[in-house]
Amino acid sequence: MSDLTDLYQEVILDHNRRPHNFRVIEGATKQEGYNPLCGDRLTLYVAMAGGVITDVAFQGSGCAISKASASLMTDALKGKTADEARALFDQFHAMITSDHAGPTADLGKLSVLAGVREFPTRIKCASLAWHTMKAAVAHHSDAPVSTE
Amino acid sequence: MRPFNVDQVRADFPILTERVHGKPLVYLDSANTSQKPESVLTAMDDYYRHANANIHRATHLLSERATALYEGGRAKAAAFLNASDTRTIVFTKGTTDGINLVAQSYGRSTLKAGDEILLTWLEHHSNIVPWQMVAEQTGAVIKVVPINEAGELDLDQYAALLSSRTRIVAIGHVSNALGTINPIKSMIAQAHAAGAVVLVDGAQATPHLVVDVHDLDCDFYVLSSHKMYGPTGTGVLYGRASLLEAMPPYQGGGDMIASVTFEQTLYNQVPYKFEAGTPNMAGVVGLGAAIDYLAGIDREAALAHEDAVLEYATAQVRQIPGSRIVGEARHKTGVLSFVLDGVHPHDAGTILDQQGVAVRTGQHCAQPVMDRFCIPATIRASLGIYNRREDIDALVCGLHKVRELFV
Ligand SMILES: Cc1ncc(COP(=O)(O)O)c(C=O)c1O
Repeated sequence: MSDLTDLYQEVILDHNRRPHNFRVIEGATKQEGYNPLCGDRLTLYVAMAGGVITDVAFQGSGCAISKASASLMTDALKGKTADEARALFDQFHAMITSDHAGPTADLGKLSVLAGVREFPTRIKCASLAWHTMKAAVAHHSDAPVSTE
Repeated sequence: MRPFNVDQVRADFPILTERVHGKPLVYLDSANTSQKPESVLTAMDDYYRHANANIHRATHLLSERATALYEGGRAKAAAFLNASDTRTIVFTKGTTDGINLVAQSYGRSTLKAGDEILLTWLEHHSNIVPWQMVAEQTGAVIKVVPINEAGELDLDQYAALLSSRTRIVAIGHVSNALGTINPIKSMIAQAHAAGAVVLVDGAQATPHLVVDVHDLDCDFYVLSSHKMYGPTGTGVLYGRASLLEAMPPYQGGGDMIASVTFEQTLYNQVPYKFEAGTPNMAGVVGLGAAIDYLAGIDREAALAHEDAVLEYATAQVRQIPGSRIVGEARHKTGVLSFVLDGVHPHDAGTILDQQGVAVRTGQHCAQPVMDRFCIPATIRASLGIYNRREDIDALVCGLHKVRELFV
């Protein structure tokens, strides 16, 4: 049986209560993300200069997993290039979807979300912000992305 | 008919002894899909073991048996809805399929630009989207009856929205998101007075209420077998005979025709005209067994029992600090939707699941209802005839765990 405290670690609950970078960035690329399964919605703001993410923030409503994931992601992205952000997406995605608990790339603070892989119904919650980021970085577009 | 006894009923449903995450299963998600009694499982197994063959098509004994069982299912469905004529019973894949059939056959062939389709704010997406599609195709316009804070339809607005332009009224009998029972009998009479045809989405009503299409005087009534203790993939569309006869077919194929040449095809009679292709025979047999199961219990007593459990659940959940019940209609059945301060429903759902308690969290395919109450989602505990107070106690205990972790 997977343990609830693996999923809801203190760090995750903290980020849920007091998310980092929970604000609007005027003039930044804005991307909507939506998970129709649970009604989670978020708006991600990505400011880039010279191919580097200079600032990133989000707004929206969601479950603890999606909020904590967005909060941790915004912390991790600052200063990354678009390519580095995409690479981080792949590593993060591998971490939350691999079906064995073997070692994956060390993702630092993001590792607290590794417990999600034991809860298949919650993977979409953890990945919503990341899919939204990928779309923001790739297209600089306003079309909403969906995890469905 | 045996007197209603919840312990006896529970013994009829094998899955209720299942353990999940090492805990006894507490199933509070019957509005999503109900569990199935042994008699339904056996009927379907027996069908495949002793009767399986294609229906209406062969001269051999098995085909005769299969046809008799399938048509027997139709007679049971007619009796279940108090429809006097088996020609008015069309088998479908479920409620969604039934509504799409009516929208595309009746709606598409009769609607003109500017005609109105009247829906309500309580509808499930499957009683919204098919109408939007046919509105797009025909230029018809969709109007929506609003709801009040309690989650009840605004009947003054309903009366005001009905007009000579209203061609179709499509209403849910019972709301899946809130449990509201709508006063459909009087609403149907009002719609008829305005000259409109009425479709009732009965998906959430048939598991709980005794439905009489004759008394309701509705034009179409749709249901899903899987919500009323029968198998998935099967449903019923009841349609007034005169309407069904005038309607064009929905899908083309085998069984729905009387004769086919490349020059001209003559369609079969109703209801076969609407049942193209090999149908879900085992599903109809299972639905028939579910109808027999319900006919074998005292449904009035079963409903009284469910209502008592719902009342108990409402009182218990209300006592949890920070809880808010969404949908407090005076007439409700089967559903308790609520939110907890500081906890997203999806997190609550995962934590409850770990205690063995199965609920649904989310929008319940009723995004307009959620938007109306300005919430992204609810926790929904929904009841079947097998639920009892102990299930609610387990839910409440689980909700206290949720609060421990989050609040
Ligand atoms: C009120 C209502 N209408 C329609 C449906 C759709 O039923 P089905 O998915 O069986 O076609 C449901 C079930 O989810 C429902 O609750």
